[in-house]
Amino acid sequence: MKLQRKSGLQALTVGAVAISGALLLTGCGSDNNSGSSSPSSSSSASGSSTANASGISCVQGQILASGSSAQQNAIEAWVKNYQQACSGATINYKTSSSGEGIIDFNQGTDAFAGSDSPLKPEEVAASKKVCATGQGINIPMVGGPIAIGYNLPGVNNLVLDASTIAKIFNGKITTWNDKAIKALNPSATLPSTKIQTVHRQDDSGTTDNLTKYMHGAAAADWPYEHAKAWAAHGGQAAAKSSGVSALVKQTEGSIGYFELSYATSQSIPTVKIATGASQPVEATTQNASAGIAQAKVVGTGSDLALDLSAAYTTKADNAYPIVLVTYEIACDKGNKASTLPLTKSFLNYIASDSGQQQLSSAGYAPLPTEIATKVRSTISTLS
Amino acid sequence: MTTIETPPAAAPPRKAATVTRAGDRVFAAMSRGSGILLLVVMAAIAVFLTVRAASAISKDHGNFLTTFEWTPSLNPPVFGIAVLAYGTVVSSIIAMLIAVPIALGIALFITHYAPRRLGGPIAYVIDLLAAVPSIIYGLWGALFLVPHLKGLNLWLDNYLSWTVIFHKSDPNSAARSLFTVGILLAIMILPIITNVSREVINQVPKMHQEAALALGATRWEVIRLSVLPFARSGVISASMLGLGRALGETMAVATVLSASPVLSAHILDPVGGTFSQNIVAKFGEADEFGRDALIASGLVLFVITLLVNGAARLIIARRKEYSGANA
Repeated sequence: MKLQRKSGLQALTVGAVAISGALLLTGCGSDNNSGSSSPSSSSSASGSSTANASGISCVQGQILASGSSAQQNAIEAWVKNYQQACSGATINYKTSSSGEGIIDFNQGTDAFAGSDSPLKPEEVAASKKVCATGQGINIPMVGGPIAIGYNLPGVNNLVLDASTIAKIFNGKITTWNDKAIKALNPSATLPSTKIQTVHRQDDSGTTDNLTKYMHGAAAADWPYEHAKAWAAHGGQAAAKSSGVSALVKQTEGSIGYFELSYATSQSIPTVKIATGASQPVEATTQNASAGIAQAKVVGTGSDLALDLSAAYTTKADNAYPIVLVTYEIACDKGNKASTLPLTKSFLNYIASDSGQQQLSSAGYAPLPTEIATKVRSTISTLS
Repeated sequence: MTTIETPPAAAPPRKAATVTRAGDRVFAAMSRGSGILLLVVMAAIAVFLTVRAASAISKDHGNFLTTFEWTPSLNPPVFGIAVLAYGTVVSSIIAMLIAVPIALGIALFITHYAPRRLGGPIAYVIDLLAAVPSIIYGLWGALFLVPHLKGLNLWLDNYLSWTVIFHKSDPNSAARSLFTVGILLAIMILPIITNVSREVINQVPKMHQEAALALGATRWEVIRLSVLPFARSGVISASMLGLGRALGETMAVATVLSASPVLSAHILDPVGGTFSQNIVAKFGEADEFGRDALIASGLVLFVITLLVNGAARLIIARRKEYSGANA
């Protein structure tokens, strides 16, 4: 009797071990399917378009899109406005990451994808399978400043330049009263606290863009190539911008980077950048737009990929140099006939003046006029 | 060691089943099917992991087992699991060192010391701990535990720095270390170890305990002489279940740990990483190759888990003769 009870219990624990192991592993495995398991891009968009009071020319139907979380808040606001103005239209933007968005797009499940860096050549090549007669192109849509936030009680209006920022994040400057920081902030009383740098633990377009800036503006002090993964040693890592900003908020003597909205919402002071302009430049949406205005279009044909390197080294007044631009990725030709009308209509709306004006309130930077004009004409040629 | 004699349990005589009904056959088929399905699923997972992992490892320009960095997107790709394996094992060991004694203590308290009025509610509260999602543990860990562990970190660094393990390179850095992760994991695996241990301890024959009492044993001696030997293998099983969860825990670790490709013996330093934490951090922006590389690391975790479970079975098998299970 006892024997039986015991072996029953043992069998139970064996089973539990096996099941928990299986659950664990399916947990790892199922991640991989998230890109491919989404239902195939959907459904019909009837071509009937009507202009309405809000200036949106409505198209009904349903489209799927996915990608960058950097533009999540902007897209959410736009989708809400569009769907309010146009009953019968459904735009489903799944926020994942730029990488997953591009994979979804190249598997044909997305009408358009959002990405915080332009397509790589091999990704363009892969897109030709989906865009029967054309290829995937980058359409810049949402600009944003990357703020350098810090936690240093008693010090406001901290000013740094590209070289000191790179040295701090690279561990070459380790205390707040370092000579280089003192020289940029002659009137501030800087403590001798050690600097705690905070960077992203997950791979991220924000890291990619910050390291592009540091490498572009101070290559001697940031010897690493730009990358989505943090290349330097030392410092602390936290998950996502929310984790980085929370850690900066929590830790005295810390400095980190995140999108401006995180600094605003938690009232974390941000660094003003000494760019060589007459005044150090503050991280604001307006200044970021001025920074992006320095960028050159390097995409060919209807592709509008931007080269931001001119923005990193700009000396123009009120032009904030640490900026990122997210792109919407669609086919130039060969978009699916079922999704094209709504895609075009939605992109038209978000690139329009009224669409772009929404951005500043969410901590993003509207596209500068010159680029916005090119974007609109590109969208009108999508087919 | 055991001086208690029990009469051998009379096994009920088994009769060969002479009559089979449809229900018997259906049930037998169903249970056999479930067993086979489990094996098929496990085999499918193993094959999937192996195929994807092999293609990634063959293109790795570093040594997969000894490289610290995880940079499969570089050209040439270099990635390795040294830091991840170390971090996974160390954080799990810390968790086990904290959780197993406490869980055993709680289980014994509920079954042998607490008045019935108190034991029930305590068991219930422990069950509640198991229902908290791991991301909540992670947020609690990052926002509450990390700042509040600063004092303990400084104390350990001050007085135990000579042990090397408790040396902290930068006393000011936040406590987002393998040590903190271990504490958090200990809280997370406490309920499963406690519950299974409690069940096992409840199975200890009353006769053994009463016999010990009759021989003049104190309550502690009863536990030491009759309860623990009988429950040992069950408690080891319970601990292994907990260890399985600790090895694979993802979100809580990713939220708390400050991951970086540094392998350090100082468990208070905010460096290191674990398999699942690395997967969740790198998966989002990984391309096809990067995903295969992450799957390869998942395979290593699979193997480690298998080894741990195998070791546990071995221990249980060797302990069997002392365990009282043969009583």
